[in-house]
Order: sequence, then structure tokens, then C-alpha cells
Amino acid sequence: MDTFTLIALSGLGLGALYFLLASGLSLIFGLMRVLSFAHGAFLTVAAFASWTVLRHAAAPSLGLLLVAVLVSSVAAGILALVTELTIIRPLKGKVLEQLLATAGLGLALVALLAAIWGPDEHMIPQPGWVTSTTQVAGAPIPNTRFLLIGAAAVTMVVIQACLSRTRAGLVIRAGVENAEMVAALGIDVKRSFTAVFTAGGMLAGLGGALAGSYYGGVSPYLGDQMLIFAFIVLIIGGLGSVQGALIAAVVLGLAQSLANYYVQNGVGDILVVALLVVTLLVRPQGLLGQKDRLV
Amino acid sequence: MVRTLAPAAVVVLLALAPYSDLSVGGLLPGAVNSTGSLQLLALMFVAAATAITLDLMFGYTGLLSFGHALYFGFGCYSTVILSNIGGLGFTLGLPLAMLLTFTVALVGNAASLRLTGIGFSMATLALAQALSIAVERGFLRSGGEVGVTYGLDVLPAPFVGIVNTRNTYWLALALLVAVYALVGFAVRTEAGHVWQAIRENPLRTGVLGYNVYASQLASGTIACTLAGACGAVYSIVMGGANPSIVVLGYSLSLVLMVVLGGRGVIWGAVVGGFVYTYLNERLTAVSDSGAVSALPHVIRAPLSQPNFILGTVFVLVILFLPGGLASLFRTRSHDPVDAPQPRKSVLVGDTEQGA
Repeated sequence: MDTFTLIALSGLGLGALYFLLASGLSLIFGLMRVLSFAHGAFLTVAAFASWTVLRHAAAPSLGLLLVAVLVSSVAAGILALVTELTIIRPLKGKVLEQLLATAGLGLALVALLAAIWGPDEHMIPQPGWVTSTTQVAGAPIPNTRFLLIGAAAVTMVVIQACLSRTRAGLVIRAGVENAEMVAALGIDVKRSFTAVFTAGGMLAGLGGALAGSYYGGVSPYLGDQMLIFAFIVLIIGGLGSVQGALIAAVVLGLAQSLANYYVQNGVGDILVVALLVVTLLVRPQGLLGQKDRLV
Repeated sequence: MVRTLAPAAVVVLLALAPYSDLSVGGLLPGAVNSTGSLQLLALMFVAAATAITLDLMFGYTGLLSFGHALYFGFGCYSTVILSNIGGLGFTLGLPLAMLLTFTVALVGNAASLRLTGIGFSMATLALAQALSIAVERGFLRSGGEVGVTYGLDVLPAPFVGIVNTRNTYWLALALLVAVYALVGFAVRTEAGHVWQAIRENPLRTGVLGYNVYASQLASGTIACTLAGACGAVYSIVMGGANPSIVVLGYSLSLVLMVVLGGRGVIWGAVVGGFVYTYLNERLTAVSDSGAVSALPHVIRAPLSQPNFILGTVFVLVILFLPGGLASLFRTRSHDPVDAPQPRKSVLVGDTEQGA
């Protein structure tokens, strides 16, 4: 039972990481129809930013970790902003070209990181609280799990609040339904595009800093490995639906961790792909997606 | 006349290359007929042939696959693994592997094609990921990170050893010529014209009475099975299979080759495959050369990463040269191919197609 609790909570932590990446991707796709392949690289850049802040501290305080999280979110946000302005916007309306351009950018960014800091993993020093454990139902659970689950929960609440309570959120929700109509009503959709892409980048940044804590280190290939699973979460949850992404992230994180532990390492990863294939065959639009979006 | 003579002349020249001991000023690892150079050229031929098969799906039928490495990798791994099984050997292993690849291509495409547009791309990506994970974990005797090599005496003698590099070189060249001819023929048939109509507008093609799903399935299955054959030749050139050809990065690099060269132009895919593979294999060597190593670290380090340069070039090509390298050599007037855009979604500013 102890082991089960540990594995299940670790799975939820992993699901939280997937959600941080997938929620941004989902918002971006919902509004702009852009599937960003550079998102994994944004996460990696953020993880390196967090490493830069923490690397020289022997025993960093929780405050310093908070600084690292902020710095990495801002770094990824700026990167996303520049990407939107220089690559996404000039290709407006060309879905395929935007997707390919982000793929090229992701490739170049990862290679640049590997060139600067080498392809190997760097350890990220963690505050004592993060590395220690808390007893839950008799099982020692590393506190990183709670950190991740908490961050994902807060993110979900904030996204929901922004979407349902603010004017910008209203424009975004309307844009997801029909961006053309919103533009026709005289609202500057372009600005929402930039804002959402930047926000998505910042979420990836948050994910990057926390992934650094979860894995205890960072390598240039960290983000790309997670991106594939984030894509799968996105499709199973339904493209453009943040709630769907949340459900799918929880289910996949749990299923992957439990199957990897109890059956055989690697089986969980295959199971995730199998779940995706089943979803595509039975319900191509995903759990909470709308059919006409999948075009 | 020029259209048929020029490629023929290039092929003849390339076929004669193993008899030339010219050294081309550091462009190749050694003289043209040295083992290193022939191996590099053979890899370029295989990559170009594989890029052509993706171009058939992506450039001619409008199916953007992010999982083409699945079929290339499957062809490669299944050929090696089956040939290594005692009773089978290469003579039975290869046909069996190709039959399996065909089945996987048929089933994989039949499933992925239930989705269109981005959904199709994601489905192909996911299917390819399954193979990538299986290989990474070493399932089914795939050897994990190390890969698998042909056992002793499994490959036919003419393709074994450094002495016979010229034979594998000719094999790779033959593959390229065969794939070029096959795909070139296929896109000129009536079915080929339907594929191009689907690329331009699936809805209208369907309304005209063509079975869009069946046509896409045919194009996808042919393309993916041919990619498997390219994988088999790759295994002969490399003497085995390695996990670098099943990862997402390899699928992406195939897309990159096609876009770099020019979508919907067969020789564009060849140029893209050549340029990509050459840069990928040679940039590291170039960055070690005298001129570059004198540069400060800040400039030298990114230059030593082929993917940095390739990724940057790729973004620039998409922004400023949407038709790829091929568009540099064609005039606008008889350019039948604009960027394929398989979609009917509502797009801001896209008034042409509507909802």
C-alpha cells in the first residue's frame, strides 16, 4: 500500500508537469490553431534559467527557489513573446508553416543549449524542504510531488478565473469559438494571440523550473521528451480544451507511472500511446474537444 | 529532352564516382572513391530516397506525417532482426520484413487517416513514438541504445566489409533511382492526379465523386512501404540498425528535407535530402577545421551543432522561401505547387475557403 501511494502521487506529479505544458499548448491551439513544437524547448530553456539561479547555492532557501521559478517563467515568456512576433505573426493564417517553423525553432534552441552547456545532465541544487519527504498514509512522499500538484492546481484555477472573469478572458473564449467574428467586431485579436502565446510560454517556463526539481537536474533534451507526452495529453483531452487537458494529464500520469512500476519499465509509456490510439479511433475529437476543431 | 537527359547524366556520373580518385578540396572526407566519401554519399542517397517517399505523402497528397521514421525504422530493424534469425537468413528475412512493413504501413495509415489535418499528424507522431519507446527499451531483440548489427555471414558477401563499400554505394544509388522513377511514375498516373487534387482541396475532390480516404490510403501505404525499403538499404549500408532512426527527431528531419528542397517536387526532395544529410554529417568536421577553430567560443560552439544551423536555416526557408530550394529554379508561371494547406478550419484573414 505504501508503494502504491508513492507511485500514485509520483504519477500525479508527472501528470501535473504534463498539464503545465499541455494547458498552454491547448490555449494556444484553441485560439490560434497553432501547434507549437517549440514548447518543449521553451521548457528546457526555463529549466536552464532555473539552474543558472540555483547552481552556485550550496543549500538554496525556498525563497531562492521561488526566485528561480519566477526567473524561468519570465525567461520562457520573453522567448515565447519574441517567437510570436517574429515567426508566428508573419505566417498568420498558414497553419502548416507555423507548425513547421516552431519545429525548426525547437531544433535550433535545443542544439544551442547543447552547444553552450553540453549534452549532459546538470544537477540542480534543491532547498532542503523540497528533497525531504512527508508521510502520507505511512508512505514517505518526496515534497516535489506536492509542489507540482499544487502548482498545477493553482494554474488551473488561475486559468479558469482569467477566462471566466476578465475581459481578456472573454475575448479569448470568443476567439476560440470564432476568431474571425471577434476580429469583425473590431476587437484586436492579434493582441490576444500575442498574450496567449506568451502566457503559454510562461506556463512552460513554470513547468521547466518544476521539472528541474522533479528530476533533480536538467539536460537539453528534457523538454522534447515531455513535449511528446504533452501532445498526447492534448489530443486525448481534446484540442483547445483546458479542462480536457487536466483530466487527460491526471489519467495519463497515473496510468504511465503505475504500469511502468507494476508491469515493466517502458510498458507505461507504450500504454499511453495505446490510450491515444484508442481515443483517436473511438472519439477522434478527444474527451472534451469539439469535432469541427480537428480539421 | 533536357528534362530526361540531365538526370540520366547525373546518375551516370554518380555511378562512375567509385572509379574516381579525385580529391575535392575537403568537401568530402577523402578522395571521391575513399571509403568515407562513398559511405557519406550512400547515406545521402538513402536519405534522399526516403525524403522522396515522404514527399509523395506530404508534397503530393497533403498528408503531413510526423511519424515517417516509424516505417523507415521498422523496415530497417525488421530486416536486421529477421535476417539474424537462424533458419531465415537474409534471403528470406528481407522479403518477410518488407511484407511486414507493408502490413504495418497499411494498418497504420488506415488508422491515422481516420483523422485529418493536425489530427493525422499527431496520430502518426504517436504511432512512431510507440516504436521509438519499444526500441529504446530493447523490446523484441532490438538492442536498446546500442541497436542491432547483422550477424556474421548473414549479409550476402558482396555487401560486407570496407573493400565492398562501392557495392553498397551502388545499391544506395540504385535505390534512389528506383524510388525516384516509381514515385515519378505514380504521381503522373490518374491516381496521382487525384492525390494532388486531394492536396489542393479534399472536400471538392470528394464532391467530384472520388473516394478521398481510399486514395489517401493508397498514397500513404505506397509511400510508407517504400520508406521501409529505404530502411532495409540503410541497414545494409550501416551494417545494422540503430535507435537514431526511429526517434521523433528523425521524422522531423525528413519533413525538414522535404520542406527545404521544396514540397511537391520530387527532385526538390532529393536536393533537400542531400543538403540535410551532407550538412548533418560534415558540419562537425568543418567546425574542427582551422578557419573555424580560430573563432571565439561563443561563435564556434553553435556552429559545431548541425541542428542549430539546420533548424535556423529551416525557419528562414519557411519565412522567406516557402517553395524551398526548388522554387529558386522554377519560374512562377509554371509552378503548379503552392504550399499545400490541408484544412478547412476558420482562419482569421482566410476568406478564400471560408468555413
